[in-house]
Amino acid sequence: MEFMIQLEKLTKRFPGQMAVDEVSMDIPEGEIVVFVGPSGCGKTTTLKMINRLIEPTSGSIFIDGEDVTHMNPDKLRRRIGYVIQQIGLFPHQTIATNIATVPRALKWDKDRIAARVDELLELVGMDPDVYRDRYPKELSGGQNQRIGVARALAADPAVMLMDEPFGAVDPITRERLQSEFLRLQDEVQKTICFVTHDVDEAIKMGDRIAIFGDDHKIQQFDRPETILSNPENEFVEDFLGSGAALKRLHLRRVRDVDLTSWPAASLDEGRDSLRRKLEEAEGYSFLLLVDDRGRPSRWVSSRDLDRSGEDMSDRGLPAAALVEPQGTLHDALDEMITSNVGCAIVVDKQGVYQGVVDIDTVMTAVNTLREELRGRLAVGSWHAVPSEAVEEARS
Amino acid sequence: MSVTSTDPQLAGPRTDEAEEAPTSALGRLLRDPGRAWSYVGIPLIVLGSWFAVYRWVSGLELDSIEQRWLNAERVTRSVVEHIQLSLIATLFVVGIAVPLGIMLTRPFARRLTPIFIGIANIGQAIPSVGLLFFLALPALLGIGPRTAVVGIVAYCLLPVLRNTMVGLDQVDDKLIEAGRGMGLTTGSVLLRIELPLAVPVILAGIRTALILTVGTMVLATFINAGGLGDIINGGIVNNRTPILLTGAVLTAGLALLIDWLAGIAQEVLRPRGL
Repeated sequence: MEFMIQLEKLTKRFPGQMAVDEVSMDIPEGEIVVFVGPSGCGKTTTLKMINRLIEPTSGSIFIDGEDVTHMNPDKLRRRIGYVIQQIGLFPHQTIATNIATVPRALKWDKDRIAARVDELLELVGMDPDVYRDRYPKELSGGQNQRIGVARALAADPAVMLMDEPFGAVDPITRERLQSEFLRLQDEVQKTICFVTHDVDEAIKMGDRIAIFGDDHKIQQFDRPETILSNPENEFVEDFLGSGAALKRLHLRRVRDVDLTSWPAASLDEGRDSLRRKLEEAEGYSFLLLVDDRGRPSRWVSSRDLDRSGEDMSDRGLPAAALVEPQGTLHDALDEMITSNVGCAIVVDKQGVYQGVVDIDTVMTAVNTLREELRGRLAVGSWHAVPSEAVEEARS
Repeated sequence: MSVTSTDPQLAGPRTDEAEEAPTSALGRLLRDPGRAWSYVGIPLIVLGSWFAVYRWVSGLELDSIEQRWLNAERVTRSVVEHIQLSLIATLFVVGIAVPLGIMLTRPFARRLTPIFIGIANIGQAIPSVGLLFFLALPALLGIGPRTAVVGIVAYCLLPVLRNTMVGLDQVDDKLIEAGRGMGLTTGSVLLRIELPLAVPVILAGIRTALILTVGTMVLATFINAGGLGDIINGGIVNNRTPILLTGAVLTAGLALLIDWLAGIAQEVLRPRGL
């Protein structure tokens, strides 16, 4: 396996205080490694030592095999993308100038910079013609965050450091930005160190997670599923919180599990036909009605069907609790609990009914996850994880 | 407006509002009639009062003393001297205080800050007349324009020095960290990030210093350095109200006009996007 970043016994001692204590870590190319831990555990200090914003007291840093511990820090940093908390866009510069910061420092020529700026704006889903000449204050928090990422990617660095990049946006936007960023990462395949204090974010974003402890050392460094099912020590267990089993559901997408097909029928099929279908569907007390475009509309029971009249559009219960295939089982479970019927309806992008996720689906998924992990742990450390498993965990 | 984003939340309504905000200095002025009035009003008032004094003096029958003071050649010379002295003094103030302020906000010189601020404080705390007379002692600089400039510079250093430091200090550390973290050198961070963001505060300091200079330069007359103080003092010494009034109105008007110009400069030079 190719390691992009290697830390060797990296230590930082501030006067009278230990910050990072002999941290060693090998970070494979193209992966997101999340540093997580309580405040003051040294995660941010470790991150900032990688681009030498903080000079290590001892230890070494290798990037792509090269010892950069004593390299000119300015030159080093131009090779490393950097996204900080609150984004740190320069308010007096236009979006284009902000993005061009590193290319300008690298003395690219004007045309190349302009082309790169447009390319990056497209990459993060913003129209260059609209946004190029705007100022950061004219954009929303989420848009500024995207610009922050675009700026970090400007000179196409192999390595990116992100210090709580989604800390300053509201929860809904954060969720969206996280997913967007993961999609972007599939495209750009950077090696990323990502600091957060939010365990859920760590599980969602990380190919691997490094949990830092109060003793300024790494407590556990492994894949999220392994950490969740097999916490190294009490500290990790406590830090993950009581809901570790529940959190593991973040790791499975709805599209990865076998959906249950619930008996469904069309809204305008006629009462007799519907009643017959419900009788045929043994063990189901509700029938799912879909509209003419295949979108879930109502849940009806036999009692609802006994009422006279052919119009079904306001009978029974509304078909709520929808999830999309790229949602996680955690999302599905959440919907399921609030649902009338005890299952989450899976719909595709157009809202067309695909199947349902019920509690049995979730249980089966949990069991397979657990077995997979047991198998993997038996093989040994994460070094031995085959790349197919990496792919699987990522999707 | 075409937004490629498929995401209405992120594309946000804020952009629409921002589109209206005029970004040019002129646009900003035109949007705010009250502000626009103050930009036209000040020169009108100054020119009006100058004209009124001129009309009044022209209508008077001037005696020989008054004629000696109130003629075009004499008044013009004083005005030009006054402006020259003030501009030279301000150039020195800016040339000394801004670099000093930049230096004192660098980490290596932080410890020196109290010393320099202390010196600048003394310069401003001593009454300006006293400072001028002291500097004009034959053992020091002697009388003349040079002494006037040195004295006024010492007197006006503090506002620019302090504003430069405050302006640089108020720049968000996160921005500096972002710049450094992306590989900008300390010099680039200073030039591209810190100074542009500190410009409004520094300019405010320079504006204060300019007005202080123009006002205080009246004292230059007492050490034989010329300026509008000559006319004012001539009016006092000879007990001639028209002379005194002409000098006073010219000085006050000049201070107002320079403040007005500085205000416009501030508006134009203010970084966009803030």
